[in-house]
Amino acid sequence: MKVLLRNPKREVDVPGPLRVSALLERLAVNRESVLVIKGDTLVTGDAVLADADTVEVRPVISGGA
Amino acid sequence: MKCRRCRQPAAIEIRRHNAAFCPPCFEHHCIEQVRKAIDEFDMVGAGDRVLVAVSGGKDSLALWDMLVSLGYDADGLYLGLGIGDYSSDSAVYTRAFAEGRGLKLIEVDIPTEFGFDIPGAALVTKRVPCSACGLSKRHLFNQAALEGGYDVVATGHNLDDEAAVLFGNVLRWQTDYLGRQLPVLPAAHGFPRKVKPLVRLGERETAAWCVLRGIDYQVEECPNAVGNKHLGYKEALNAIEDASPGSKHAFYFEFLSKASKHFTPQAEAEQEGLRPCTGCGAPTTDQELCAFCKLVARVARATQAEAATKAGKAGTG
Ligand code: SF4
Ligand SMILES: [Zn+2]
Ligand SMILES: [Zn+2]
Repeated sequence: MKVLLRNPKREVDVPGPLRVSALLERLAVNRESVLVIKGDTLVTGDAVLADADTVEVRPVISGGA
Repeated sequence: MKCRRCRQPAAIEIRRHNAAFCPPCFEHHCIEQVRKAIDEFDMVGAGDRVLVAVSGGKDSLALWDMLVSLGYDADGLYLGLGIGDYSSDSAVYTRAFAEGRGLKLIEVDIPTEFGFDIPGAALVTKRVPCSACGLSKRHLFNQAALEGGYDVVATGHNLDDEAAVLFGNVLRWQTDYLGRQLPVLPAAHGFPRKVKPLVRLGERETAAWCVLRGIDYQVEECPNAVGNKHLGYKEALNAIEDASPGSKHAFYFEFLSKASKHFTPQAEAEQEGLRPCTGCGAPTTDQELCAFCKLVARVARATQAEAATKAGKAGTG
């Protein structure tokens, strides 16, 4: 599947099928600090992503005071 | 995973509530959290005019959207900070949001109106950009609210922001800041009331709100935020939250209910010595000019000096 990452913006290929929680572990990101977006909606940690899917892993932590 | 309210497939899990929600029930959850915060802390009264400080980021756009959904009379205030592409992009997101919903947006462009930008002010004052930026925001929010006849200024600070600021203040026992770290600061001494209606929502929830409501917001960070302490505190708290969901909420809300009252007297004493700024009339503890007017004057002097040096060089060369 195609995984879009931010900061810096880049795309990585990860073989599917794979659970969202396993994808986040593989990318070493804390699940509290991102959203996983598929199309115009969100997916939960237990959802299984197919090899043909495209998802965005979007950080939600902002640093502005 | 199923939605806790309606058993349909869930879109988001919120571990500190031990819950997952489908998109419509998630919206309901967010609105209820904001309603609860507003009621619990008496943030906005019936008929109050609200000015929302908007930056084009997820929190402030979600806040504006939620306040309007709740039926409040809420206009937006956007400050042009002059921070390169970050500022020009953030203006585009903010204007698109306001126009798409037919909302009133007030804009104040600092470079046009005061002759400096945040990176320039940082160079002149030899301090981090966030210092001049924070000072300008506080001043201009107050000023716009008073000029526009607004009763209250609402900002998009969420639970993660407040927990991270609290963490930083506790680490160094900044008792003066601890006394002022409240979800509501009442109107006093010429300052409008200031409220933070998102304190019951984490930033994962405000971002999810925007995605599910189709709000296009600026995901890129301000370049000056990268690697700052605030982000480090958030990461540390998220590591704790991951192991023990609900920790951030307990840390902040238990502070409010059990500890914050021990720090307020000092904060109140500081408010006593306020007098009007001789430049702009804003309340200040300084002798003549307020911190913002001093900043404007200082940058103007530096610009003049630079122009004079250049003119001198051109004359001799
Ligand atoms: S990170 Fe600093 S400079 Fe950037 S918008 Fe926030 S306060 Fe201003
Ligand atoms: Zn539901
Ligand atoms: Zn002044």
